[in-house]
Amino acid sequence: VYQVFESVAKKYDIMNDSMTLGIHRVWKDILMHKMNPSPGTLLLDVAGGTGDIAFRFINYVRSVRERQLQRKLKHHQNLSWQEISESYQEDKFKSLGDSQVVVCDINKEMLKVGKQKAQHLGYSEGLSWVLGNAEELPFDDDKFDVYTIAFGIRNVTRIDLALQEAYRVLKPGGRFLCLEFSHVSNPLLSRLYDLYSFQVIPVLGEVIAGDWKSYQYLVESIRRFPPQEELKAMIEDAGFLKVDYQNLNLGIVAIHSGFKL
Amino acid sequence: MRSRSGTRPTEDSRGLHVQPVTRSDLQPPEPRASHCNGDSVGAEEEEEEEEERRYQLYPGHIPTSPLQKALLAAGSAVMALCDPYRHDMVAVLGETTGCLALPNLRDKMKHHPEGHRILQERPRIRLSTLDMARLRGLPDGSLGREYVRFLENNKVSPDTRMPPKFVDDEELAYVIQRYREVHDLMHTLLGMPTNMLGEVVVKWFEAIQTGLPMCVLGAAFGPVRLSARKLQVLATELVPWAIRSGRNASCILNVYYEQRWEQPVESLREEIGIFPPPAIRV
Repeated sequence: VYQVFESVAKKYDIMNDSMTLGIHRVWKDILMHKMNPSPGTLLLDVAGGTGDIAFRFINYVRSVRERQLQRKLKHHQNLSWQEISESYQEDKFKSLGDSQVVVCDINKEMLKVGKQKAQHLGYSEGLSWVLGNAEELPFDDDKFDVYTIAFGIRNVTRIDLALQEAYRVLKPGGRFLCLEFSHVSNPLLSRLYDLYSFQVIPVLGEVIAGDWKSYQYLVESIRRFPPQEELKAMIEDAGFLKVDYQNLNLGIVAIHSGFKL
Repeated sequence: MRSRSGTRPTEDSRGLHVQPVTRSDLQPPEPRASHCNGDSVGAEEEEEEEEERRYQLYPGHIPTSPLQKALLAAGSAVMALCDPYRHDMVAVLGETTGCLALPNLRDKMKHHPEGHRILQERPRIRLSTLDMARLRGLPDGSLGREYVRFLENNKVSPDTRMPPKFVDDEELAYVIQRYREVHDLMHTLLGMPTNMLGEVVVKWFEAIQTGLPMCVLGAAFGPVRLSARKLQVLATELVPWAIRSGRNASCILNVYYEQRWEQPVESLREEIGIFPPPAIRV
């Protein structure tokens, strides 16, 4: 799996846009809205290589924070200018409100691309990049408020271990969120989806990234992945409660959510 | 990830990541008793793998459906135009559109004594099989000496030719491989360098000779990136000569170049039927 992603890293984002016709951006936005993080949240994004989830998190938290600050200002109508400017000073350095995201990925190349993107797009604070394995995370217990894994759990050899690790590093009350390709039950859509997956995606891989085999692997790994209910059971096995899933696009993609209570 | 014995990922001089990997390499081990859609999928997968191994006609072969070939042809054509450094796209275009021209070429080879021998013996032109020192030592004007000079002046290597992937016949895969490996010799015989202008001229010659749609497209669309002055030289002198030579010459794949390194280039040109190149600096 490692070699697949090494060759894939640089063209990852372009391929994602081409294969999903840009819809993957919508999926990731939906994930972020579901998470609804408040400022001060500590997020661990696993297999987050090129930073898509991390950047969305920062944007979201920033805008929430801005609204918070605006509301605060409205309440300060009766204060003197001196007091207002003092409170400005306090909040100036907290545009993220102490929120932080740690991006963890097993692949150096993916992290490299992510860091470059961050620089390019101007993200500097609240971000850290860590090399690590989802089956054996380099973090202490009970550390994070939210754990996400977007389109990454499919590539993990021992999903049960990854889920156990997710449970371990989350604080009590913490949330597990998984965005992943899943199973389409609608027979017509299923056939169209299969046709598209097997006929078009490897061709796109060859033409855009010069790599047929990696994208053939991608399509096959999606088919092998456990369906919604089975994944839900696996998440429950790891100790999570209130486990649920939400199908997007009739099951092409699903968001699974669970809490450590 | 276990790697296949005898193969390793290689990067050719153009920086293309050429990775010889089979499906079985890419499948992660499945330690859990697979409840995955019941066991029927497990059996189905194995059957598919068997089928694919049966369909894989040569190492590196990727069997493709007609729809996939059509999509590949279209995609590679567009990509080759947009990004002229994507030589792999030119190769893919050649493979997916060559279904008429390649059997034609193979038959031409079969019916010619030298060509027939080449089909039998399947010689390959690559650095490991060429004795570069010996070729360099040959007299000036000989095929071997001029070929090595060409490689060195243009800083190219015969090892960067893409192996065929999408040709669904093992013999035809060799034919297209031979065509690719002989391409540099075409440059030598035609006296054309590897700049855009030189490549276009060689493409015109190859288009006439092989009838490969990829050559025809390359010959037709290659010139769009040339300056007006170059286009003029191309149109007035180089292309007419290339066409005349292409028509006059016998099939270039029917020449066992590896046995003719000592032969002077001029004599070989005459034998094949290539007219002397115009005295223009390309």
